[in-house]
Amino acid sequence: MMEDTVIQVEGLTKVFGDFTAVNNISFHVNKGEIFGFLGANGAGKTTAMKMLIGISAPSSGLAHVAGFDVYTQTESIKKTIGYMSQKFALYDDLTVRENIRFFGGIYGLTKTRISQKSNQLIEELGLEKVAKSLVGSLPLGWKQKIAFSVAMLHDPKIVFLDEPTGGVDPITRRQFWEMIYKAANNGTTIFVTTHYMDEAEYCDRVSIMVDGRIEALDTPKNLKHHYRSESMNDVFLKLARS
Amino acid sequence: MSIVIENISKSYGKVSALDTISMDIDQGELYGLIGPDGAGKTTLFRILTTLLLPDKGMATVAGYDIIKDFKAIRKQVGYMPGRFSLYQDLTVEENLHFFATIFGTTITENYDLIKDIYVQIEPFKNRRAGKLSGGMKQKLALSCALIHKPKVLFLDEPTTGVDPVSRKEFWEMLKRLQEKGITILVSTPYMDEAALCDRIALIQDGKILEIDTPGSIVKHYPKPIYNIGANNTYRLIEKLNTYEHKHSVFPFGEYIHYTDRRDDFNPKALKNYLETEGLEDIHIEKTKATIEDTFMELAKQ
Repeated sequence: MMEDTVIQVEGLTKVFGDFTAVNNISFHVNKGEIFGFLGANGAGKTTAMKMLIGISAPSSGLAHVAGFDVYTQTESIKKTIGYMSQKFALYDDLTVRENIRFFGGIYGLTKTRISQKSNQLIEELGLEKVAKSLVGSLPLGWKQKIAFSVAMLHDPKIVFLDEPTGGVDPITRRQFWEMIYKAANNGTTIFVTTHYMDEAEYCDRVSIMVDGRIEALDTPKNLKHHYRSESMNDVFLKLARS
Repeated sequence: MSIVIENISKSYGKVSALDTISMDIDQGELYGLIGPDGAGKTTLFRILTTLLLPDKGMATVAGYDIIKDFKAIRKQVGYMPGRFSLYQDLTVEENLHFFATIFGTTITENYDLIKDIYVQIEPFKNRRAGKLSGGMKQKLALSCALIHKPKVLFLDEPTTGVDPVSRKEFWEMLKRLQEKGITILVSTPYMDEAALCDRIALIQDGKILEIDTPGSIVKHYPKPIYNIGANNTYRLIEKLNTYEHKHSVFPFGEYIHYTDRRDDFNPKALKNYLETEGLEDIHIEKTKATIEDTFMELAKQ
């Protein structure tokens, strides 16, 4: 494994009964890279991601995440990564501060560290006025920004983001991406799925899954060139429709 | 006129969901409500489909008053709510049969209208709705909303969370329904879908920012926009944001969309500034505003 490779996947496969959800995929992700993991609904993205974050055992193939084996070292993986999804990110009936304390505790941070991190996060996001409000009362865009910061609480090496910006307004969506750029610039690896094709352009490299296989993997620039397309949207349509 | 909305307001406690909204939608028009989560789109749908009473204002749908004639409206409209709301433990065919029966019709009577859409899920007609994929659920929900041949169709975020291929197919279906004379009011958080509507209303925080055709809305954008690219996007955004003359800086796919505060903006001076800040491969080129640019400009004010 190369020194700066943080995710290494070789022939990873997941079979449910007679259905192959993930079919022999191979790729690697470098440290500090923003890696876009795209595909149509039902292409196998979620299944693949579940194997990488250590909550679903592969049927066959190899994968290492932050140096840990996805078969035998799932607990180490979970401690080393951050995760957020659109569907579940924070507890609505806890306040902002309580959510931070809860997730900090889960990740085993000390009380002093949690309190430091809470203050830092609340200041950075300008949340002083709502720190004691229930998360459920906040706009979706704010929640997603807080959820991302919470997923970064324990300084993970890799953060997995599953459709983090669905339904979020265009300005907040961009502020969210600025947070992603900043994290990547500081050396955190970002593994992200999205249905917004303009966001695919923000990634360093992009893979596109079709029916359980990775059909294309390259920089957005090279993909557009290769498929003679104006935008990532056209690349996606060409691949997923054929 | 198919839908008339005059000064509708609705609050939930202290939160104002809709604030004096007015719009007219023509017969057979494909009309888009464009705005993010929390803009008030669902509240407006619920008022127009007579599921919720407004605090103030009036509205008519297909000529009927939303308060007095609510029963007549319910017979004339089809509604596809944002959350999947079919019966998960009935099969595809049972769901469709159920909705047809409720409206006093049969699947065969209006099969023509749903045929294009329903044939795609017909191979799975004995599968329970709860076991369908996202794209198939969406097609079944649309078939159920159409089975009584409504005059007006309300679609609340039908494509949220749906991949670009299924989204494109869905909009092609809407265009075909429009050709059959059905008025369609559709909401979406995807700004690229706005371009496919006849007219759109941009909505945020319960207020209408602007109503016009997609073509006119982008022409109203007040400033020249530039595409800017460089070797390091993160540092480029940072440096553009600290440039003293910047008006707005937004990532847009491959490039950053930049507008300047001055009328006599000189791209060369900006290029020099970025170079002295250590950026390389700098690319500055004039570009056209999109609906998303316009939305963000209006939302900022």
